[in-house]
Amino acid sequence: MKTMTRKTALAALAVAPVFGYLATRKTTETKPATRPIRREPFRAGYFPNVAMQTHEGKTVRFYDNLLKDKIVVINFFYSRCGGLCSPVARNLAQVQKLLGGRVGRDIFIYSISLDPGHDTPAVLREYARNRGIGPGWLLLTGRPEDVELLRRKLGFTDPDPVVDRDKSQHAGIVRYGNEALQRWAACPGEAKPEWIAKSILWMDWPKAMKKGA
Amino acid sequence: MNARERSIWNAARNRRALIAARLSRRDMFRMGLLTGAGWLIHKNGLSAWASGGPPVSPPTRPFVEAMPIAPILQPVAMLDPPPQTEPLPGEARTRAHQALDRFPPTVLYESHARAGEHSFHPDLPTQTIWGYEGMFPGPTIVARYGEPVLVRNINELPDDNGGFGMPSVAPHLHSGHQASESDGFPCDFFEQGQFYDQHYPNVLAGFLREFPPNGDPREMQSTFWRHDHRLDFTAQNTYKGLAGFYLLFGSLDTGDETTGLRLPSGEFDVPMAFADKVFDENGKLFFDLFNTDGILGDKFTVNGKIQPYFQVHPRKYRLRWLNTGPARTYDLFITDPRTMRTVPVTRIANDSNLLPAPVIQDGVRLAAAERADVIIDFAPYAGQSLILENRLPQDDGRKARTILTPAGRGDALVRFDVVLPAVEDSPPLPARLLDLPTPDLSEVVQRRTFRFDRRQGQWTINGRIIDCDTVDVAVREGTAEIWTLQINAGGWSHPIHIHLEEFFILTRNGQPPPAHEMGRKDVVDVKVNETVQVFMKFRDFTNRYVMHCHNVLHEDHAMMLRFDVVP
Repeated sequence: MKTMTRKTALAALAVAPVFGYLATRKTTETKPATRPIRREPFRAGYFPNVAMQTHEGKTVRFYDNLLKDKIVVINFFYSRCGGLCSPVARNLAQVQKLLGGRVGRDIFIYSISLDPGHDTPAVLREYARNRGIGPGWLLLTGRPEDVELLRRKLGFTDPDPVVDRDKSQHAGIVRYGNEALQRWAACPGEAKPEWIAKSILWMDWPKAMKKGA
Repeated sequence: MNARERSIWNAARNRRALIAARLSRRDMFRMGLLTGAGWLIHKNGLSAWASGGPPVSPPTRPFVEAMPIAPILQPVAMLDPPPQTEPLPGEARTRAHQALDRFPPTVLYESHARAGEHSFHPDLPTQTIWGYEGMFPGPTIVARYGEPVLVRNINELPDDNGGFGMPSVAPHLHSGHQASESDGFPCDFFEQGQFYDQHYPNVLAGFLREFPPNGDPREMQSTFWRHDHRLDFTAQNTYKGLAGFYLLFGSLDTGDETTGLRLPSGEFDVPMAFADKVFDENGKLFFDLFNTDGILGDKFTVNGKIQPYFQVHPRKYRLRWLNTGPARTYDLFITDPRTMRTVPVTRIANDSNLLPAPVIQDGVRLAAAERADVIIDFAPYAGQSLILENRLPQDDGRKARTILTPAGRGDALVRFDVVLPAVEDSPPLPARLLDLPTPDLSEVVQRRTFRFDRRQGQWTINGRIIDCDTVDVAVREGTAEIWTLQINAGGWSHPIHIHLEEFFILTRNGQPPPAHEMGRKDVVDVKVNETVQVFMKFRDFTNRYVMHCHNVLHEDHAMMLRFDVVP
């Protein structure tokens, strides 16, 4: 994996100023990190603050408790999905290991059930136990209309109504983002776990905003 | 909300927008903003906010500002530290330049990706965009064959992205025949404060084997563009403004009306970058972060301005049309608004390649990243105006509709005002432009088929998704292959772009390509259920490149493969 070692090297290099280019950057360009970023339109547009139940039996608000000020990883799944969802779940388990102690601290993984009628918190708890899902990774369920709203808002949809009705079609993508920085992207859930983990770390805080450092 | 409810919702919202703008229905109609049914043009342009209903850009008046022309990027006298083959200390590049010694750079540039203030239209607020030198489009690089260029790319993007964009870049010179390490491979991205040297040798393909030392003169190319190619973020970053032209001149296409093909040159050679955008209710550029099908704008910018006018002399012009995307396909017509007649244009190039002979076209269809160089003679229209309009309706990010809107009812992009004084014209166009090599099928060592599909919300090629560390296809340097590009199902189209080399289209659905695709290309629009065969050569450089869909939403959602050219 040449590229990966390269990236690690780059991350290390990023600390050292490069031939005065950093020094010549305008001060206005280094300041915005400390300025509050205008998030309201995105919150209002994308992130309904619906109530969700976690596999741990807690009730949480989607925006207030799950997204705000966090680096998050979001995918959709359902416990009866079988083989179609397994590769993604396996990958996310690897990703959780790769990200180590940060999962649960400032990085959170959320898997939202597309089958909320069946996937009660108890069913999800069982699913989590069987798969060794650790702290910082929440399996979520909720009222069907809220889950549907989230699915649409977060873009896990297909314009073809037949495809859209097929739950398994929405279980392939993993979204990752940093809510505070408004950086969002997606990668295939079947990508290599190393790449998914690396992608999530692209969302990391700029030095000025680093938490718990 | 179902489709019908959404339509009603939109119509009501549009009407509110009209009232807010204090424009009468008649005003709007006259300005070409309203269709017969009372809609704002392209009211369904975007699938943003998912079920919440798409945002509709605030109204803007058409043709109130002049079309800008991007300035020409000025070279620098020297770079400190000077370029070298091996990566410099602290440089983000990790691989040695393949051809720096063979083609030592004679022209040096610095290109800064940075934030800048931009006005899309006086009716919208001035706002922060990202661009090369903080401009959208960025400054044009004007290059010449035989004058190798080295660009030091410096990432000065800020942390605050204003809602979308990733301050990490991989600049790509689209159409360039350059080494892998200078190509902007999507995983060769670099971060804030870092720099990366790219070497553009401006050399004709075939220099290594068939036509040493300077390549095959028939490989001459013209209109390139540069844009960001950062893995997973190409759509956000290019939409935010990281795009510009790169024009290459040589012994035929000289940039001088008295030499070579004597094409319209200088101020009569005008690059025009098209980009459709959408703005939120505050007039701020809006990008739907969670759209994977294709973002469609309801505002049409040309060189960074919404619906500008362009004053011209009554003579011939060369217009270089570029669809910068992100997803829309255009069918461009020049309409005489007095008669509603189409004014044909003479097409001289497709993508970066001159055609063998000029082709007269009424409509010029451009999928994302495609280009058309056209000659238009404004002499018969002195004192009048002509409208450049897009007559291809599109309300689905995955594909355009098939029926054109009537002349005069399309999306007006630019109004050409033929009001400047008469000046000397360039001579008539030659009957032949560029003698092309004939694809020699006996050189073909391999045939491959690529199917463009979708699975579980991801766009796939032969069922695969991009993985920068996996070589999907290995091709041998100095060989030729036939690639069959196929869409079998699904009801979508994909403009497919292949890096490193220009290709010939052998067949489109079993038939020879139309005249305007008889030259070479580097993007081919593979439409619903189409099969296109292309003849590829892989020459001169080795290592990693990509093929991908240039609907950049599809590209960012995995529709890309890595191919390696191996010695």
